[in-house]
Amino acid sequence: MRDNALHLVVKNKYDFEYNLQLNNIDLPPLSIETLQVNVTLKCNQACLHCHVDSSPKRTEQMSKATIDKCLEILQDHHQIKNLDLTGGAPELNPHFDYFVLEAKKLGKHVMVRHNLTVTIDGDPTTKESKLYLPKFYADNRVEVISSLPYYQEYFTDKQRGKGVFQKSLDALRMLNSVGYGNGDGNLILDLVYNPVGAFLPASQQTLEADFKKELWEKYKIRFNRLYTITNMPIHRFKEQLERNGGYEEYMEKLVAAFNPDAAKGVMCRSLLSVSHDGKIFDCDFNQMLDLQIISGKPMTVFDFDYDNLISRRIIFGSHCFGCTAGAGSSCGGATAE
Amino acid sequence: MNYYESKDLARFAEVGKFKPDLMKKFFDYYSAAVGSEGALTKREKALIALAIAHFKPCPYCIDAYTTACLENGSNPDQMTEAIHVAAAMAAGIDLVHGVQMLNNLEKQGA
Repeated sequence: MRDNALHLVVKNKYDFEYNLQLNNIDLPPLSIETLQVNVTLKCNQACLHCHVDSSPKRTEQMSKATIDKCLEILQDHHQIKNLDLTGGAPELNPHFDYFVLEAKKLGKHVMVRHNLTVTIDGDPTTKESKLYLPKFYADNRVEVISSLPYYQEYFTDKQRGKGVFQKSLDALRMLNSVGYGNGDGNLILDLVYNPVGAFLPASQQTLEADFKKELWEKYKIRFNRLYTITNMPIHRFKEQLERNGGYEEYMEKLVAAFNPDAAKGVMCRSLLSVSHDGKIFDCDFNQMLDLQIISGKPMTVFDFDYDNLISRRIIFGSHCFGCTAGAGSSCGGATAE
Repeated sequence: MNYYESKDLARFAEVGKFKPDLMKKFFDYYSAAVGSEGALTKREKALIALAIAHFKPCPYCIDAYTTACLENGSNPDQMTEAIHVAAAMAAGIDLVHGVQMLNNLEKQGA
């Protein structure tokens, strides 16, 4: 029995834990291979689906002291192979470059959730240019993972704002020009698709083929892999569903599409998520719902305890049906395709 | 109350309240023909179904197959072309009956 009173949040109409029991599935952590760190909620965009509620108005930033603590954790734990930087637009944290450079010195694989347009837009408040980013990423062999909701303009701009598609193409060309996505596997550029509305993603393999064909034939743009991600019924997307009267229908769709194989591959079994203020969560979505890991006391990077965390009970909620529907969904795309 | 309520689609199976054996045969057939990969992909089948949904105007089917097309990877251009095929076929089917009219007109000496 968990010692976390927050498990009460799952006692609702869409009870994920009950569904796991019905399917005789237990989901303990398997490893902590990836430390996913949200370094800022500030973003140059304000996307319709954003589960982080990021925008240029957000001011939350991870401090250098907290970044140093994350680096210390990475140094002390060889089991943690990957640093996954996210936001907001993570590049808008003033210590972002330092974080990347120091993590690379530790021999870690660094991934950045890069929204593409920040390269063109720069910092929306300080006006600092970010045009150096493609070369910075290439020089440090950072894996770039970028949202591009669709290979056509109307869906992309509807979700991410007017003009985002064209700016994204410009940024992708810049990444291609420094060697990203050229197929030799040295500089990896992955794209992320998520549906523009209340429907499940198509097959990742099929969509990847469509994206590659369309982006190459029309724009001469290359990339490595496409990750399909299901829209999580939380925050901005949930509010949108509720405004349209579609929340119940979407949840019922997710529940009906529950896939036990996808459940076994959920990312929270091999990842920890750190918020800008150093709190530790099972995943980015739990972070946004403030479902902090509590093992005796709320866990932060300042009292990081690997053994305790690897034996924790993952906190599940109704939003978890988003990760287990159909072919599954994670920060690395489908989990059961 | 309207004749078409979107929530009623979820009650489709209730049509099997009487003569359930016939409804079961229909659902088995429907699932085999429409809902699975075959010589045609599910994406192609969903586009055909979307076109038919417009040809025989069915609000339930239009909702269901708009979503099915998106979930099988079709884009709005492809979906719109599919319903233009249906519309063009419908217009062609109407117009080709004009030959009957011509035949009759010829009999009238026109």
